[in-house]
Amino acid sequence: MSNTPLTPDLELPDEHYLNATYGSGIRSWLLTTDHKRIALLYLASVTVFFFIGGVLATMIRIHLLTPGGALVTPETYNKLFTMHGVAMIFFFLIPSIPAVFGNFLIPLMIGAKDLAFPKINLLSWYIYLIGGGFVLYSFSTGGLDTGWTFYTPLSSVYSNSAVTPAVIGIFINGFSSILTGLNFIVTIHTMRAPGMTWFRLPLFAWAHYATSLVMILGTPVVAITLLLAGLERMFHLGFFNPALGGDPILFQHLFWFYSHPAVYIMILPAMGVVSEIIPTFARKPIFGYSFIAGSSIAIAVIGFLVWAHHMFVTGESTYAALTFSFLSYLVAIPSAVKVFNWTSTLYKGSISWDPPMVYALGFIGLFVIGGLTGLFLACLGLDIHIHDTYFVVAHFHYIMVGGAVMGYVGGLHFWWPKITGRLYPKSLSQFAAIILFVGFNLTFFPQFILGYLGMPRRYHTYPPEFQVLNVLSTAGASILALGYLLPMSYLIWSMRYGKVAGPNPWPATGLEWKTDSPPLTENFHVTPEVTWEPYDFQNRPDLGLAAGARPLAPAHGDD
Amino acid sequence: MQSQLPIYPEQASNFAPQVDALMIFITGVCVFFAAAITIAIVFFFFKYHRKESTAVGIVTHEDSRLEAVWMIVPLILAMAMFGWGAVVYVDYRNTPHDTLDVYVVGKQWMWKAQQPNGLKEINELHVPVGRNIRLILASEDVIHDFFVPAFRVKMDVVPGHYNTMWFRPTKPGRYHFFCSQYCGTNHALMGGWVTVMEPSDYSAWLSGSSGGSTNPAVAGEKLFAEKACITCHVANGTGPSPSLNGVYGAQVLLADGSTVTAEEAYIRESILQPNAKIVAGYPPLMPTFQGQLTEEQIFALTAYIKSLQSQPVPAKGYGIAPPTGKK
Repeated sequence: MSNTPLTPDLELPDEHYLNATYGSGIRSWLLTTDHKRIALLYLASVTVFFFIGGVLATMIRIHLLTPGGALVTPETYNKLFTMHGVAMIFFFLIPSIPAVFGNFLIPLMIGAKDLAFPKINLLSWYIYLIGGGFVLYSFSTGGLDTGWTFYTPLSSVYSNSAVTPAVIGIFINGFSSILTGLNFIVTIHTMRAPGMTWFRLPLFAWAHYATSLVMILGTPVVAITLLLAGLERMFHLGFFNPALGGDPILFQHLFWFYSHPAVYIMILPAMGVVSEIIPTFARKPIFGYSFIAGSSIAIAVIGFLVWAHHMFVTGESTYAALTFSFLSYLVAIPSAVKVFNWTSTLYKGSISWDPPMVYALGFIGLFVIGGLTGLFLACLGLDIHIHDTYFVVAHFHYIMVGGAVMGYVGGLHFWWPKITGRLYPKSLSQFAAIILFVGFNLTFFPQFILGYLGMPRRYHTYPPEFQVLNVLSTAGASILALGYLLPMSYLIWSMRYGKVAGPNPWPATGLEWKTDSPPLTENFHVTPEVTWEPYDFQNRPDLGLAAGARPLAPAHGDD
Repeated sequence: MQSQLPIYPEQASNFAPQVDALMIFITGVCVFFAAAITIAIVFFFFKYHRKESTAVGIVTHEDSRLEAVWMIVPLILAMAMFGWGAVVYVDYRNTPHDTLDVYVVGKQWMWKAQQPNGLKEINELHVPVGRNIRLILASEDVIHDFFVPAFRVKMDVVPGHYNTMWFRPTKPGRYHFFCSQYCGTNHALMGGWVTVMEPSDYSAWLSGSSGGSTNPAVAGEKLFAEKACITCHVANGTGPSPSLNGVYGAQVLLADGSTVTAEEAYIRESILQPNAKIVAGYPPLMPTFQGQLTEEQIFALTAYIKSLQSQPVPAKGYGIAPPTGKK
């Protein structure tokens, strides 16, 4: 820990949200309205779904080792990738950062005692569980083989799998997203501490504000769309089935109207995490604060207007295709702005190599590849070749795993000392970050080439000329799996054996670091007042850095 | 040129070099940006590595001009990608007029193709080199997608819709085609081979293996009588419905004053949903044939109506718009 200021031997605070006086039995967790405990409930439940999705992914990669398929029947393979997608997207990626870190951190970051509607917050977790229960029921009774996209009329008429409970589960789960988004927006509007102006908000809060807008405006559309598909399946009402007078293309428009913005639900919070980590470990204000904040909102708004770029080869009108291609290129610009500003923040910084920073820089590397390959797919002439091939699979995994999951794991490393009060082994976690980066690239980069060579996605068997690249990808996946199991192990280990972190181990400038680790149930001993600009290390003597020249103050000292 | 590299599929159509050129352009721009960002990050990472534990970074102030530059430069490059991509796409979506038409039906999990002379193939498609080929795509069940990597083109095959795609094969050979829209259990087996032949070989192949196949126009004529279409659509224009002589490819005047070109999609819609577009001057009498015809029967009827293109249009009793009608 030579890069962080020397601190005396620290002890955990006597009282904090984990051992609070109202008890620590199972009841005190299941009935809690504390946003921090609810965040941990979400952490446990999204981890379960991540694990399910991960096991399914492992089976997919093993199956694809040989051209004929090494492991399972075609029916089972189709279920594997469908359930992998549904578990990962609806029950891990979408809730991951918002429901875990957003829940835990937004009140702390803005100096509030809790979210605006604590009971609704708990309700949203139960809704998530009920939705997840329906989906697990679908998985275990017949499985699901429609693809996570549920394209009609395959899903509504032809599939023999358990589609109905799955769409009901996703429909129900949508309300969890909507309520979480609502809670965040109201909280950020009404519960900021004195002095916490909009432009002093951490960029993490800005990113979650933008995400919440997408959650509230987009989720109802996908919920109703899947419900219509379910009604068509159950009662033969003709919405999408042409034999009943419906139109399957209508489903795609409605589905992508949400599901493209949903990508921003996954990536915007990760961008928020990275926007916190980079200035903290470069020890200087983030470059272009207002541009990064504004670009989050721009991505959320323009992100609603690009959905039909998933449909360039459905036969949609040429004019529609031109419009959606143009708008898709526009949405690339705010993402580029973020990357340029993060990179510029490093310039003349005082850069530490602490684990969260390694994860954040890994995020930038993978997100840049994911984002740039989006330019290939937005290109109309090129998309007629690479649409629905492994190129697309590689692209969205770079965004959703390379980007969102890397951000999530980076966030875990950054806020773990705040959440648990303890630190984890530094070298091991740096090593894990590198393993993750290398394993990820080896898994997914070959898939870009596979895609350009013409291997379509969702194939349980493939021509032999594609084998070498598939074997490379599977080899990468086994390294990647290690990259996830390592942090899972040492983070759990650290909960008991890790070194006590103290209130502000890095140190960082946000309000969440001005209280105990782990924080009190009420978050702060005294309502904090914000008198400094965001990410300002120069005028913060309380951080104990060179410019301030005062030893690190314990949180419930004089602040 | 690139076809020798293992990362490129063969180039075997007019679109392949265009798509590959786009690929090279966009790859070039992206590699430049990715390299610039990576080099900058790695350089800063080592150059500004913290030496003293209490050190802080030097504040650098936001610069609107810099922000403007890195918004405008990528925007210009993005617009170049958009424009170039649009040119290729518009070419792909606007089929030339002199095409050789092949009907292709996708169903779980096989492809059926029908050559202009009625010859049917399963999971095979034979086409002559150098001709503009148009595939008219229909699905019997779910959405499929016809994808030929060596031609760099694909198009979804959507039930209830007619989609068309075109290409000009440039190199004789055998090339994989795939279904690239997930369509259920044996999606991955729903593929086959496109055989591109010299025109003389193609003609020989057509005539050599056409035994037993029925010309689709002949089959359509038979259906036209069987399904009693002929009762109302009387050729000389004296029936309760418009004569279909000469209608294929012409503009049809509709009851709401607009016009529509009588091509495959319109004919299909008029058979399945007769009330969707009513011809001016005619009552909506026709019953729907939704669910009563297979895709192949609709192809046959369309082929028959197409064969009436050269028949004389009667003096009255037709739906074709007068030449002064708006486009």
